[in-house]
Amino acid sequence: MVARNDPVDVVIIGAGASGAAVAWALADTRMQIVCLEQGGWPDPSRFPSASLDWEAQSMDDYAISPNRRDLPEDYPINDDDSPIKIANYNGVGGGTVFYAAHFPRLHPSDFRVRSLDGVADDWPLDYQTLEPYYALNDQMMGIAALAGDPAYPEKAAVMPPIPLGRTGERLGQAMNGLGWHWWPSDAAIATHEYEGRAPCINLGQCGSGCAQGAKASADVTYWPQAIRSRIELRTRCRVSRIEADDQDMATGVHYVDENGHERFQPAQIVIMACNGVGTPRILLNSASGRFPDGLANSSGLVGKNLMLHPYAQIRGHFDEPLDGYRGPPICTWSMEFYETDPSRDFVRGYCFQFSRGLGPARTAINGMADGLMPWGEGHHDAFRRLFERSAGMVSICEDLPEETNRVTLDPGRSDRDGVPAPRITYRLSDNTRKMLDHSIARGTEILKAAGARDITVKSPLPYAGWHLLGTARMGADPDRSVVNEWGRSHDVKNLFIVDGSIFVTSGGVNPTSTIQALALYIADQIKTRIYDLFD
Amino acid sequence: MSGTKTKADTELSAAELDTLRLIAGHMIPASSRHGIPGADDPAIFADISGSLDRDASCVREALALADGLAGGRLAQADPAAQMRTLARFKAAYPALAGTIESVVARCYYRDKRVLESIGMEPRAPFPEGYAVEQGDWSLLDPVRARGRIYRDGG
Ligand SMILES: Cc1cc2nc3c(=O)[nH]c(=O)nc-3n(C[C@H](O)[C@H](O)[C@H](O)COP(=O)(O)OP(=O)(O)OC[C@H]3O[C@@H](n4cnc5c(N)ncnc54)[C@H](O)[C@@H]3O)c2cc1C
Ligand code: SF4
Repeated sequence: MVARNDPVDVVIIGAGASGAAVAWALADTRMQIVCLEQGGWPDPSRFPSASLDWEAQSMDDYAISPNRRDLPEDYPINDDDSPIKIANYNGVGGGTVFYAAHFPRLHPSDFRVRSLDGVADDWPLDYQTLEPYYALNDQMMGIAALAGDPAYPEKAAVMPPIPLGRTGERLGQAMNGLGWHWWPSDAAIATHEYEGRAPCINLGQCGSGCAQGAKASADVTYWPQAIRSRIELRTRCRVSRIEADDQDMATGVHYVDENGHERFQPAQIVIMACNGVGTPRILLNSASGRFPDGLANSSGLVGKNLMLHPYAQIRGHFDEPLDGYRGPPICTWSMEFYETDPSRDFVRGYCFQFSRGLGPARTAINGMADGLMPWGEGHHDAFRRLFERSAGMVSICEDLPEETNRVTLDPGRSDRDGVPAPRITYRLSDNTRKMLDHSIARGTEILKAAGARDITVKSPLPYAGWHLLGTARMGADPDRSVVNEWGRSHDVKNLFIVDGSIFVTSGGVNPTSTIQALALYIADQIKTRIYDLFD
Repeated sequence: MSGTKTKADTELSAAELDTLRLIAGHMIPASSRHGIPGADDPAIFADISGSLDRDASCVREALALADGLAGGRLAQADPAAQMRTLARFKAAYPALAGTIESVVARCYYRDKRVLESIGMEPRAPFPEGYAVEQGDWSLLDPVRARGRIYRDGG
């Protein structure tokens, strides 16, 4: 017998980047709101950078692949049929606990790709509509930036930018020589004390959790404020499916609680914030007699149009020491090749995210894998030629939505609670391949101009499936989208989606500032329309 | 430690340990010039063999293949044959060789003696942190001078 909880007004599934933002934004409605999160609270005192074996830990319990971590809160993801493997963090804060905190916004043209470039679809909203929510989110997360970037409409900086360091200087000089755009990256990193968060002390380990609490992960930004406003966050509760009645309204969610007991949480409104893989997984697993292809899936698009942002990584080595493992790994960006240029053999574009160096173990592992460091006597001299002397970049390439790139349920695998695992099917398009190649050629040119030697290239970067987008896209047409212009399911009128699934196209920048701005926007729409929300 | 691994899953046999020690020593030998131990140093090797965790089954597979290429036990072959076998192993099984490189390097480069020799303080990054120079912000002047580069949404 499944235990039935007392009903609530709103249940949010997932306490990551978007779940945190929507919870905080709805708190002032005084509705009774519960968030169910399958993982626990991250413990900063146990993050790798608090131990001597920080690099080893970041490859084990703090690995970015859920399949490698295989912790109780993780669910397996079958990504055998994808050249890009999925990365995530399952716990309060979601992917922001591990993210690099590179925090660009989409550009105005990203919302108009069909009108401007004749590909994919326009978004049902534009940059101007999201602009106030981007600004609010920048305040809530605490963004370090330098105002005046000519690649964007004017936007304010909340805190001074992260340091250029020797890496930023060296690469910046090269970019100036080439006449190409670059700018210090907007970073979700406190550069001075901010809302109780300590400033960055250059631990260099943003990618496996910030022990200092300087990085703006949602567990240290939105959640403490949401909880003070009486939002209830229940951890170690994994949702298996959403129940709907014969009026096509969601009645609540089934979940397994921290003691392994199955429970049903009735709710007036269900909000999904499980990311571009977790959300379609739950919707597909909520199939019923009335919704045989999965909940909210009359368009057939749930799980389709998965976009992962293929990355090329181009790194080089220099004769003098740069920043090495010190400082936020992110540094500066370039939007030189972002906008469509008809003289190129591909549409749309990419940004470069420039990055600093690596720790000693990673230097050795990569050096051996790249053939720059032999086994035997030569190891030590080769190591010293690379260590603290590396810098480079990744190109974040816009992959266009394609229905063949998708999330389905794997009939052969399930998580510890018996919920079917997601399966990823993903191919690189010709357009993406040409874009990757273009970025490799330009990246190599930049590194050579900066005086680098021993240049290495990885394309597509395999363990880089951390932007999970497009699998429940938004739009005005119920035949061509899963949610409407303000995040409500076309089919189930009290079901909302606020995570990366609702992206129409991916743009060529990291998505989290846009994911959170959308979550804040949708929360505002819910509040504004509260009296005719389900019409 | 991953929830599913037991001690028996991750502990190597004496013969497997011999092969792994030999590979580790070939990969990163001691250097008198740099004044550092090799990866087969007793303390470092104990760390390596005790930290296999999620990689234990891949390491086992790699060791069996390396022994197989040596026609039995790699550790018992003569040094020249060992070198030839390891070169063949790396060429034939690059992914497994990569796993061995990873388990060895992860532990080698956290040994205090090794860290000091490469100029690192042997400490956790937190709570002291590190210093990074601000850099010369005037380098951005030419970028500003060029002006706006984004398209309108139309
Ligand atoms: C290593 C790494 C580096 C990254 N770097 C950057 C970067 O520099 N910049 C950037 O913009 N983005 C970056 N990202 C991506 C960023 O983390 C995501 O875009 C963002 O977190 C997505 O927000 P979301 O709300 O869609 O989902 P998430 O933040 O992933 O949150 C989803 C939450 O839902 C929970 N959940 C899922 N299923 C269930 C269920 N069935 N029941 C209960 N709970 C469930 C999960 O446990 C998780 O906490 C990075 C990600 C990783 C992993
Ligand atoms: S570099 Fe800064 S933000 Fe990143 S982990 Fe270190 S202290 Fe935190």
